[in-house]
This record gives sequence, C-alpha cells and structure tokens, in this order.
Amino acid sequence: MIYAQSPLAIGLFITFVAFVLGLSFYLGRRTSSASGYYAAGGNVHWFTNGIAFAGDYLSAASFLGICGMIATSGFDGWMYSIGYLAGWVVALFLVAEPMKRLGKYTFTDALDSKFNSKSIQLTAAISTLLVSVFYLIPQMVGAGVLVQPLLGLPHWVGVCIVGVVVTIIVATAGMASTTYVQFFKGSLLLIMSTVLVILVLSRGLSTTPENNGVAYHDFKPLTATAALEISDPGYTVVAGLDSAFGQANFVKLAKDGKESIWKLSQTEAGYNLEQTLYVTTKADGTKLYNGAAKDSGEFFPVGHVKELRMDGKEVITTGAVGPFAYLSAIKDSTIVLWGKTYIVEGQEKTEVFFQKPTPGSRILRPGLKFKVDNATPTETFNFVSLMLALFCGTAALPHILIRYYTVPSQAAARKSTIVAIAAIGFFYILTLFMGVGAMTNGVINLTDNNMSAPLLALSFGVVLFSIISSLAFATVLGTVSGLIVAASGAVAHDLMDNYFNMKMSDHGKVRAGKISAVVVGVIAIYLGIMFEGMNVSFLVGWAFAVAASANLPAILMLLFWSKTTARGISASIIVGIVSSLGLILISPDMWALYGLLPADAPISFNSPAAISIPLSIIALVVISLLTQKDINRGHDVETA
Amino acid sequence: MGHGPAVKLGKDEAAAYKTKLGVKMFIGYTIVYFTFIIINATNPKAMEATIMGQTAAVLWGFGLISLALIQAVIYNHLCTKAESDMNS
Repeated sequence: MIYAQSPLAIGLFITFVAFVLGLSFYLGRRTSSASGYYAAGGNVHWFTNGIAFAGDYLSAASFLGICGMIATSGFDGWMYSIGYLAGWVVALFLVAEPMKRLGKYTFTDALDSKFNSKSIQLTAAISTLLVSVFYLIPQMVGAGVLVQPLLGLPHWVGVCIVGVVVTIIVATAGMASTTYVQFFKGSLLLIMSTVLVILVLSRGLSTTPENNGVAYHDFKPLTATAALEISDPGYTVVAGLDSAFGQANFVKLAKDGKESIWKLSQTEAGYNLEQTLYVTTKADGTKLYNGAAKDSGEFFPVGHVKELRMDGKEVITTGAVGPFAYLSAIKDSTIVLWGKTYIVEGQEKTEVFFQKPTPGSRILRPGLKFKVDNATPTETFNFVSLMLALFCGTAALPHILIRYYTVPSQAAARKSTIVAIAAIGFFYILTLFMGVGAMTNGVINLTDNNMSAPLLALSFGVVLFSIISSLAFATVLGTVSGLIVAASGAVAHDLMDNYFNMKMSDHGKVRAGKISAVVVGVIAIYLGIMFEGMNVSFLVGWAFAVAASANLPAILMLLFWSKTTARGISASIIVGIVSSLGLILISPDMWALYGLLPADAPISFNSPAAISIPLSIIALVVISLLTQKDINRGHDVETA
Repeated sequence: MGHGPAVKLGKDEAAAYKTKLGVKMFIGYTIVYFTFIIINATNPKAMEATIMGQTAAVLWGFGLISLALIQAVIYNHLCTKAESDMNS
C-alpha cells in the first residue's frame, strides 16, 4: 500500500471540521436577514473576499487534479492552470463591476435586472442549478476518493461526511460562514503549498529520489537473446513471445516465486528488458497489484530522473536550487514518464504501466496529453475548443459570480478580483513545481495520480502529509459549500421568490434558503455515491462547457449590446445548455463511457465550447432582433 | 421582486470610462492568450525552443500569469483614479 492512515491526519481533519462548524454556528446566530444569508450582508472586506474567491475556485480539480496531471503529462497539465487563470481576466475586465451593480443575491438577478422576465428567471435558475450540480458531483466524488487514504473509510462515508458538514455550514449562516471558511482554507492552501514547493526546491533533483527515508526502487534492466534466454539465470519465462504479452512486446517472468512483467525492446543481439508495474484483474473481479494484494507494498510509487543534467554536465544530484534553475535542469534532463496498455489473456485483464524515458524539453511543452503534434484538424479544434471553454467558463460559474454581492461597492468587487488573480496565479505557478516535483521524486501512484500532491508531501514526512491531506479535504468542503449556496439561492430566491412569486417575509426567505441547502446537500450526497469511480474531469468539463455556453454569452450581450431582449437571453441560455450538453453526450469520451467504441461516436471531438458558445450567441442575436418590439412595448410584454 | 444590489450603491460617473478601459484590456489579453494557444496548436515544437534557460512554453505560461496580474494592477490604478476624479 502506498499510503496508510495517520492519527495526525485524522486529528487535523477533525480539528478543521470542528473549527469550521464552530465558526458557522457563531456566524449563524448573527445571520437572520436574507441579505445576510445570501450575500453575507454585503459588507465583506475586499481582501477577505479575494482570498475567499481563491478558496472557492481552487477546488479539488485544481489542487489534486492539476498536480496529478502535471506529474504524469507535464506541461499539458499546466495548460489547465493557464486557461483557468485567464478566465479571471474575463471576470475582472468585463463582469466584476457590472455584476455588482446589477445583481442582488444571484446570477439570475443580474441577468434579469433590466427585464423582470419570467423566462429569464426560469432558464437562468435552471442553468445555475445544472452548472452547480455538475460541479458538485466531482467534488463529492473527490471527497470519497480522498477519505479512503486519509481516514481509512469507504467512499460513501467520505461523501456523507462532506455532504453533512457542508450542509450544516451553509444551513447555519449561508454566505457568511461560507466566506470565512473559504478565506481560512484559501489562506492555508497558499501557505502550505508554498512550504511544499520550498521543500521541493531545497531537496533539488536526484536520479535516486529518497521518499521519507525509504530508498527509491532500483530499476535494474535485463537483456535477453533472440530466443529469450534471460541475462539473469534466476528468471524463468512464464509468458513468452507467442503469448498475448509477447504480441504486445512484453514478457512475463518469474523469480523466487514472484512474477513480473517486462517491456521488450529489440536490439541487434536480442532484447533489452525494462521492468513494469501492473494490475491484474481476475475473472472474479479481484485485483492484484504487481501480483500481490494492494496493501502488500509490492506496487511501489514511481517517478524519477533517468539522466540528470545541470549546467551542461551530467550529475546524480543538484542539491538545493532556485525555481528557474530547477526547471532548467528538468528541461536538460531525461525523465521517466509512464505509459499504459491493456493485455487480455483468457479471463484475466492486465493493466501494464511501462517506462517512457522522455526529454525534459519535451515534457515542458504541450503535446504529451493533448494531440497537437501532427494533429488532424479535428484534434486541433478539440484543443482550441477546450482552451476556449477554460477561458470563458470561469466568469460564468454561478458560485463565483455570487461572491460579487458580498462586498460593499463596485471598487471592492474589482479589488477582490485582483486579489483573487494574484492568489490564484501564484498558486497555479506553485502547481507546476508541485507537479514536476511529484514527477521526479518517486511518489506517483500510477493507479491514481490525483494523490500526487499529498504523496509528494508524504515524501517529506507524515506531518506535512497530514496537513496537506487535511487541506485537500478542506478544498472540497470549501468549494462544495459555495456551490450549495449558489444552488440554494437558485431554488429559494430565483424560483420560489421570483419565478413563482411566493410571498415570503425576510425571515421566510432565509428559511427557504436553508431548507433548499439541505435538499441540495442530500441530492449532492446521493449523486456523489452514485458516480463513484467515474472520471471526475468529465463532470468538471460539463460544468465549464455549460457555464461558458449558457451563461457567459447572456451576461456579455446584456452588458454590451443594447438590442438584447429578455427572450433573446432565455433563448441563448437554452441553446447554450442543450448544445453543450448534447455535444458532450455524443462525444467519443462519452461513447467510451457507454462501453462503445469511441471511433463510432457521431462526432469526433470532446470539447463543445467552440461550437456551443457561437450557437448561443447566434440564438441571442436572432431572437433579440425578432423580438425588438418587446423593448418598445416595455416590461409588461417581457414578463408575459 | 428581489432585484437591485444587496447594498445601496451611489452613482458612478466613471462607469463608462471603466467599461471602455476593461474592454481594451480584455482585448489585449485575449490576443496574447489565443496567440499562445494557436502556436501550441499549429507549431508545438516551437514551444520547445530554449529562451533564457527555459522552454518557450514555460516562459509563455509565466508571462500570461504575470500579464494578468500586471494588467489587473494597472486597470485598478486607472479605475481608482477615474473614480476619484469623476465622482468627487
């Protein structure tokens, strides 16, 4: 087993949960008005709000997902960081101040500020709910994934813990408690990530990275003749060239009763053999890791520098280096990345992870995950479309937008966005060093790269691991609480109060918000358990695609095109939702998820933004032009 | 109806200026961002070139993150000045 439960980690986790619950109950006693519940009274200091923005935004996908992706795919993982941050430019320059000026509690308020339109209230609320739920599911699934190594509890318990704690946080004090939990979590995340990066740079690079005092696995290559006579006579061939392994350029050997799988590469004299890691799934569904049970320790963490070069010389260690010297040494060295293939033999399926020595200069530029080298037009389109979705999605996420209502002025909205850009930009720079650090420090769990950052911390000792793991859990708590506030606002404020025009007192609005938060929390728990094992990046992609397609065109056209009508906005939201979701559902990735061949999917790209955003804009323009008479007739027609 | 800001906001005479400035800054950043994306999509090997000891891709990445912050600070400075001049 790569990680084991630590009493310290459990203690820190419980302390953190107790602290945020105590804070929530304290703030809850002071939150009795709708303004207090939905917008924290609109009096949060801009710096606090800026860090809370970072707390909201730096979700499990950012902290765990991006670090893991950089650790296994290099620069392509960092492209997500660059795209996510660029989205904040849209938020600052185009959205921040108008959102503050136009809205009250929710994103729908801002869109509907000029119209008082039932169709906007309904469609924008549905869009808010959809985006929030698609964003909630991966966070809840992430909580379940994290709780297994941290607390030794099953997935569903992790989902329930997060669901219950967050629902209490939100139901007690709404945006007030959520804001201060986010501020606390965002600050700690920045501080501890900085500490981790400083430690990585102080350790430097080595061809034999030490992992918390444990020596790195010694990958000893073997050679063999063309007849597969192995250089080490202790090995015997279990599955040779004529087996399913041999046909895939692998061979299964045994020594001292232990089986191992080796990758073959042909030479003039025969073969070079390099050790692999593998997971065997038996006919009855049981899994063996390098031929043994998961907790036996046979499936070791990986990630190392094969040839380390610094200042033009080959070295075995660099010692402590600065950030730029660190990246420069990576660029000039050769790093062992890991490829993956599947071999099926009879009723057994074997997932084989094999070494892929890769030049550092190749790792520190795009192309290992995204298909950009010799790409087809469709592959190029897919890449550009994804980067467009990241650019446009941030400024349209409802749980981010509602934070603009917590500050007292437009200037404060602007300043808090700048603090967010500074904090998030700094954190994303840290992700590059944490990801590359995990890549080269022998800490990657090949079956779950999401744990790369916590495991990098573990290589410096259990104390740092405990803190970082608790923080990772806190990232989930923080983001989920923001999402539940946004979703409960859509139900209680947009639908119950505005769309259905239910007459409620100020106290009644708060109670409706709290009941909605509990209902959304229960739904989130259910979905988090249902979606266990699903690739969470699909769902984050859905959230960004729907937000970028349904919400952003509506916001921007409302602000910058005077002919925009209520019906145009509603049409834009509907077309954005339908086109982005529709394209995702018939994409090759989804086809694979259905158990079908990706090549048989009706479309050949996975990222819909480059089609669904223009469609949404076209719908808004056409319908607005067709309904110009609505503007002339005034608001009565718009509300019809 | 529950519209209008959660707190009372005064009239902002600088709003039009800030909107125009924001659009200009947005266009500037967007051009740099999509230039980076298009180079990556069409000529990724160019991003492997070494400049000042780093790959071009790493320098572009740091550059884009830094540019966002620098533009943000300049934008805030100009907006604050405009608010001070026009709303006084």
